[in-house]
Amino acid sequence: MAEGACIECLRRSWLLASLGPYVEKIATGEVGRRSPELLRLSNEELVEIAAPKVAAQLLGRIAALSEERLVEELLLADCWACCRHGELYPDSLRDAADAPWALIGRGNPALLDGLEPYEAVTIVGARRATAYGREIARELGRELASAGMVVVSGLAFGIDGCAHRGALDAGRTIAVLGCGPDIAYPASHRSLWRRICETGLVLSEFPPGATPWRWTFPARNRIMAALAGMTIVVEAASRSGSLITTDLAADLGRDLGAVPGPVTSRASAGPNALLAGGACVIRDAQDVLDAMLGPGHKQIQQPTPTLDPNLEAALTAVESGHSSCDAVATATGLTAPTAAAALARLELLGYLTCSSLGTYSRTLRQKKI
Amino acid sequence: MRNTLATCLLSVVPVLATARTFTLDGIAARPVRVEVDVHRGLPNFTIVGLPDAAVREARERVRAALVNCGFEFPLRRIVVNLAPASLRKAGPGMDLAIAAALLCAAGELEWEGLARVALVGELALDGSTRPVQGALAMAEAARESGAEAIVLPAENGAEAALVEGVGVVAIETLGQLPGLVTGEWDPPRPEPLPLRLDTAPGAPDLADLRGQPHLRHALEVAAAGSHSLLMVGPPGAGKSLAASRLPSILPPLAPSEALEVARIASSCGRLGGELPADRPFRAPHHTVSAVGLVGGAKTLGLGELTRAHRGVLFLDELCEFKRDALEALRAPLESGEVSIARASGQRSLPCRFMLVAAANPCPCGRGETDPDCTCAPFDVQRYQGKLSGALADRIDILAAVRQPSAAEIGGAPGEPSAAVRERVCAARERQEFRLGPGRCNAEMTPAEARACKLSAEAGVLLADLYARQRLSGRAHDRALRLAQTIADLAGVEEIGEEQMAQALQLRRRDHG
Repeated sequence: MAEGACIECLRRSWLLASLGPYVEKIATGEVGRRSPELLRLSNEELVEIAAPKVAAQLLGRIAALSEERLVEELLLADCWACCRHGELYPDSLRDAADAPWALIGRGNPALLDGLEPYEAVTIVGARRATAYGREIARELGRELASAGMVVVSGLAFGIDGCAHRGALDAGRTIAVLGCGPDIAYPASHRSLWRRICETGLVLSEFPPGATPWRWTFPARNRIMAALAGMTIVVEAASRSGSLITTDLAADLGRDLGAVPGPVTSRASAGPNALLAGGACVIRDAQDVLDAMLGPGHKQIQQPTPTLDPNLEAALTAVESGHSSCDAVATATGLTAPTAAAALARLELLGYLTCSSLGTYSRTLRQKKI
Repeated sequence: MRNTLATCLLSVVPVLATARTFTLDGIAARPVRVEVDVHRGLPNFTIVGLPDAAVREARERVRAALVNCGFEFPLRRIVVNLAPASLRKAGPGMDLAIAAALLCAAGELEWEGLARVALVGELALDGSTRPVQGALAMAEAARESGAEAIVLPAENGAEAALVEGVGVVAIETLGQLPGLVTGEWDPPRPEPLPLRLDTAPGAPDLADLRGQPHLRHALEVAAAGSHSLLMVGPPGAGKSLAASRLPSILPPLAPSEALEVARIASSCGRLGGELPADRPFRAPHHTVSAVGLVGGAKTLGLGELTRAHRGVLFLDELCEFKRDALEALRAPLESGEVSIARASGQRSLPCRFMLVAAANPCPCGRGETDPDCTCAPFDVQRYQGKLSGALADRIDILAAVRQPSAAEIGGAPGEPSAAVRERVCAARERQEFRLGPGRCNAEMTPAEARACKLSAEAGVLLADLYARQRLSGRAHDRALRLAQTIADLAGVEEIGEEQMAQALQLRRRDHG
């Protein structure tokens, strides 16, 4: 499928990979913010800035790469490529001056085919997320995917991983990586990466086998920002890489969304600051759809289950703060076995989660009507 | 002249005598042959054959007891050999056998039948007998070794008389031996210990647990299927109270089980006035070592696991137990016996017990959801990690215990133990009918668990959970065992949806 990319664009990818350590050196300090700027430069300029001593050598080596060899490397890594001159290349990326020349993908290319910004949502956030953030990310991912949106994220720990997992449960997702698409990074997300390769799409502007550098993450953030019509920050500290993505998205004129959190929570400082700056308030997937498509344009299909009176009573008890089965039985007046059975059913239906200590809490999954 | 006469006399009296006795090794009694040789020579009294300090000191006790009972202590060279020489002999229980063999060897007692009886007992300096540990096991061993009778201290008589098929002679003092030998004194067989059938009055009762319906339900299910139980809750919420009430709702010991328990109790000391019908309840402190739990200290002593045989082992503050102590619990929990290998030999001791554990939800004990909880999130995570690591895969039921409200504490007492025990016994009967005598649901093999009869709805419920939460095979079978117990309690043939749902709530969570 490498026919989708022209040789010049492919060579650019390989050049970026071989420039990895050189760019790492010059992109210190405000690492992130500079790398998209650098990527705006032409091959020659970039090599001259990053690696002046070996410039000629590098350019020569890249120019010597034959199309057959690159195609073979792609095939060996089970990847395909498309470039900015091709059909498959999403229009949304063409908006950016620093858009990647070629995209290397692994997984289902149909996800990219004719992808419009209003069909995709980028969910980003802290790697070190709280249980609240994880839950929200997962729910947003799941509900947006089930509403037909493509959920874009970066496969990182925390929010990213949860968003992907939620989306995989219900629909389509794209992971954009800062390394070759054939590398699962972080390594402990290998099984998630494999699932996305199977049912979704893993994208990167770097060729197979390229290792990640610090500067490559902000670089992939600009692809994430450009791909989707809206970028949502679920949780982020006040100086977080996720906020680079929102800056980039804002520069491209994309919508920004943020999930409000406690004002005392450091993990929510980033999104709360964005909200103060005028970002859309995201409480659930419906808020996202309303903001992107206009209010009421598309409704999240909410199941309207009718619960058995016992389940209803037990659910109300948990919602009002009774977390153990004992407390629920006492509060509802049900017998202990009946209360236990009700809680187990509610857990199975997804209304409740149970901790390893046997305490129940309410999930977002099913809104009570 | 007198010397010559003495020499002549000496040549006619026997110089060698053997007697049978036992030494306690774990809960088994090992036969020991006492050989006494009395020879001319400088007066001396030596005991050989790997005696421990207590056996070696028998010299002084035997000498004083003989003299104080009016016998003459031979002023000759006395060698006592305890065979087999390779077995370590422990404890003072061999005094009586040594004294009897010595009397025969010195010619003061003519007892042809000495080799056909077994003698066990400690001697006081005045010749009276003192009770020994493990008399029950020794009487059984005497029967197995073909002895006609066992002679033992009066206090051990009733205990030994539980063993049929061997004569039991209880003596109060060494001075009764000559009468016994000549047949002038023919003591009747002591009455065996009575087996009590119901709970001792004044035993802890489940009625003390007020309110807390879920905890009561969890206890009842645990007792009915002998499932292991973990209670998590703040300090003072009633975890220890609930655990200590468990023996009162477990079915009473069957006579054969009572004998097993009695044998262990007898090896650890003396039995009381009757065979207990209540199951043992052992609550070792959390500083206990692995050896303390499993047993096998220097003299291969019994551990807490064996002492809890047929009863309840309660581990309070589960997270505070040493890691190696908890690890040592694994294999015995699975197999129902502890194997101890030491330099002195290898032993298997029974330990089929029900495991009950309690833990606080976080280091400070209040629980994360309590606003007063001062624990750092990292500490809580580490603590809970310990909780899920510690024996978690051996725990069937998780009960979240909460602080009872004032209304509950001041309210009416709960259902008494007797009523709960009735339901538990009925459930156990159903299990025995299905699985065979003495077996319960917690012991079901995976094949047996999967053969449980499930209604269609219950099957859907379990399959749904299995698919959604990616249960492990073990967790799947655990849920089935629990559901079967709940169905047995409810008295239904087939596990219904309601029972399955309850089981899914009670089960311990694998993760998250």
